Amino acid sequence: MESLNLILPEIFISISIMFLLILGVFKKDSSKITVNLSLFAILITTIITINETFSVNRETLFNGSVVIDQMSSLMKIITLIGGFLVLVISSTYLKTFKIYNIEYPILILSSILGMMVMISSNDLIVFYMGLELQSLALYVLATYNRDQLKSSEAGLKYFVLSALSSGLLLYGCSLVYGFAGSTNFDIISNQLNSDQYFLTFGIVFILVGLAFKISAVPFHMWAPDVYEGSPTTVTLFFTIVPKIAALTVFIRFLYVPFLNLIDQWQMIIVFLSIASMIFGAVAAIGQTNIKRLIAYSSISHIGYTLAGLATATNEGIQSSIIYISIYVVMNLALFSCLLMLKRKDQYYENIDDLSGLSKNHPLLSLCLLLILFSLAGIPPLAGFFAKFYVFKAVLEQSMYFLAIIGLLSTVVAAFYYLRIIKIIYFDKEKDQYDTDHSLWLKFSLTVSTILILFYFVFPGVLIEVVSRINII
Amino acid sequence: MNFPILSSLILLPIIGALFLFFTKDKEGNNLTAKYVALFTTVVNFLISIYLWIAFDQYTSSFQFIEDRIWIEGFINYKVGIDGISILFVILTTFITPLCVISVNNSVKNRLRDFLIAILIMESFMIGVFCALDLVVFYLFFEAGLIPMFLIIGIWGGTRRVYSAFKFFLYTLLGSVLMLVAIISIYWITGTTDVVKLYEIGIDVKYQNLLWLAFFSSFAVKTPMWPVHTWLPDAHVEAPTAGSVLLAAILLKMAGYGFIRFSLGLFPVASETFTPLIYVLSVIAIIFTSLIALMQEDMKKLIAYSSVAHMGFVTLGIFTLQQQGIEGSIIQMVSHGLVSAALFLTVGVVYDRMHSRLISTYGGLVSVIPKYSILFMIFALASLGLPGTSGFIGEFLILMGAFKDNFLVAVIASLGVILGAAYMLWLYKRVVFGKLINEDLKKIVDLNRSEYFILSCLAAPILFYGFYPDPLINTIEVSVTDLINMHETSLARK
Repeated sequence: MESLNLILPEIFISISIMFLLILGVFKKDSSKITVNLSLFAILITTIITINETFSVNRETLFNGSVVIDQMSSLMKIITLIGGFLVLVISSTYLKTFKIYNIEYPILILSSILGMMVMISSNDLIVFYMGLELQSLALYVLATYNRDQLKSSEAGLKYFVLSALSSGLLLYGCSLVYGFAGSTNFDIISNQLNSDQYFLTFGIVFILVGLAFKISAVPFHMWAPDVYEGSPTTVTLFFTIVPKIAALTVFIRFLYVPFLNLIDQWQMIIVFLSIASMIFGAVAAIGQTNIKRLIAYSSISHIGYTLAGLATATNEGIQSSIIYISIYVVMNLALFSCLLMLKRKDQYYENIDDLSGLSKNHPLLSLCLLLILFSLAGIPPLAGFFAKFYVFKAVLEQSMYFLAIIGLLSTVVAAFYYLRIIKIIYFDKEKDQYDTDHSLWLKFSLTVSTILILFYFVFPGVLIEVVSRINII
Repeated sequence: MNFPILSSLILLPIIGALFLFFTKDKEGNNLTAKYVALFTTVVNFLISIYLWIAFDQYTSSFQFIEDRIWIEGFINYKVGIDGISILFVILTTFITPLCVISVNNSVKNRLRDFLIAILIMESFMIGVFCALDLVVFYLFFEAGLIPMFLIIGIWGGTRRVYSAFKFFLYTLLGSVLMLVAIISIYWITGTTDVVKLYEIGIDVKYQNLLWLAFFSSFAVKTPMWPVHTWLPDAHVEAPTAGSVLLAAILLKMAGYGFIRFSLGLFPVASETFTPLIYVLSVIAIIFTSLIALMQEDMKKLIAYSSVAHMGFVTLGIFTLQQQGIEGSIIQMVSHGLVSAALFLTVGVVYDRMHSRLISTYGGLVSVIPKYSILFMIFALASLGLPGTSGFIGEFLILMGAFKDNFLVAVIASLGVILGAAYMLWLYKRVVFGKLINEDLKKIVDLNRSEYFILSCLAAPILFYGFYPDPLINTIEVSVTDLINMHETSLARK
């Protein structure tokens, strides 16, 4: 069992979770120390991941049910960093609502564990276990502010709908198992041939379940409500971290077992992508709540990510991964700004609350300006390059329709981002917001904004890292 | 490689903007900020003058080339200039300091931020004219939207939000198709390097669609009829300095794009679509001149006249004749100077009377004579009177047009008459006539900085009107080469 060190990160994080739970039971008022220890645990896990797995090209464990390759290491690292930053900027928010408890970091850790299992899974059962582990933690996180009606509603809604989608997914898995005779991805891929039409049902069910998890249209209905109702820090977690894991699984599903059936699923992905891009852009226009707006914008961003996947090339996969990485940074920055809109223990989350922000908070507004233009995909900011790589991959396959629809919907999307900028810069100012933010919040905003702004100087670095991912 | 002079031209304004960013923002007249901005832009202008002196007019190949790997195996950061682009670079660096001086009166709040936006804008505009890689060009081309959006939106007039949105979305909509085309070109030929693309050429079967994609972007930016409607709105609402940048330089990006990319990369398609351009240009010339006649708002009138003048430019470019293209370039330079000057002259009276309506004025000649003389020079240059730079451009364009298509040339010539009509009528109503409005009696003549700016603009207009040789010599070899390249690739087909 020498190769056990490859899943050392997962083992370490599980042990940390258990340790923290025990610590929480025996020590009173341990929320602060739990948070710090969780951060520490994530940090250590990241280091272990980098150390143990980053140089591994492709290894399978446990009869091929877990796979460690370049993609899994990279996605795990992004997940961990995302989780770390979410946790680190949550404190003030949680304290304000008096929900600064030990459960929060532990739930985040367990969902991260679930995601890491998902990312490495090479087997339907392992994948489903990981998925459920992360989902269960996320249900609780959504209702975390349990004294608020909206938060409970969000959690319940998420639970019911997500359970439904998990059911579909499981049904799809069983169909696939029935035809292929195995749950292992590699074996499935050997067993399949394209004239097993019923197998397509299995694939469709699985795709529906996965599309639900990444909130692609038409399985997006839960996203706006859940994003709005959940505590802001949890929304931040929702918008970035689970999407990374779900996307990885999406990639693995499509490209390992079902690559031969590309004719069957390519149209589905193209449809999901186009529908998400258009719907996300159009529906966001009428929103007044920033979190709802972010929900719709994240739907349209998922559309672009899927566009890369629809290409069935390594370049497409790489471009999707680049897209999601840049998207993570942009969302982190956006939420850092959102968490700064605080006045006397009250957080503001309507778009109108941003009115005239540039008068009183020029620096914060400048950051928001850059972030929003980047989300809209205007060069030379990072968001442009994200879209650029995706469309480059899409056009390589001569999928002009997808590319043109995608780019036209960026124009629609630009409208609502501009609307926020207009409110920040052109409208009358309101009262000042607090400026005594925690150091970590400032840190994450500064770093992510700098990354967005100066990405164009060294665009090669990210490509270099991602280009080592070769799935096909 | 020598000193990266073009990159320093692009970077210097950004450095200036960064410097400004760290200075303290004061309310009211922020002299420090203004001096920093002025210093930066003037240094940039001097560098570009040096560029012109060091420029070798006898070769058509690109000069001062810088080529650096940007994304391994994909995009190179490549800049360089030839006889066509150098004029636009100099135009940019010449107009921007004048804009900086002109903010004295027009921008009241957040002066520092305004200057930052102008400086960043300058850097992007220079970048557009220097870029020799399609992706780099696109980056600069689009990035310019951000500062311009803010300039219109923050410092604009009453309907500024509407205009800013319209400007932004219209231009973005046009440009995204160009992005599709650029990436497609990469997949078709394996490079986005313009110089290499000139050598390899693009397969004829792709040219039409690619040409249309580029056209959609440039047509909006030019702006050509019928997608010109953003321009009057943007011009009217933008602050004076914003209008000046918009009219003098931003519109030229499209004309430049037509010459550099549409003609250069897709010669066959350009030939195919010439009738389309002719029709749209002629409609733009006649139709918008008629609209301009009926305007009550001075800025709007000048905006529509810009559309008409750009109609001449597109007409000239697609005559595909030596004279036509040279005329277009000179017309663009001249229009850059003249429209900038006209917007500034409107800005002068607007700052004093806070009205842009023609009916507010009348009889200005008796109270502010200096202003009236300068205004006259610019009005006459705009209508293309011999002896002003406007004449050279229009004359050459029409000459090219007559060679290529008699009917189009005749109709376009009618546009010249209409141009004279609206411009002279505007001048008559504003400057001559009886002084009815009592408030006008207290109006003061040009102050020193305004006088300086307007004279700076009048000098080249008159100089190149009488002696256009320096301009023509600079562009001649490059244009000849372009035409030759065009002919050979047509022959190859």
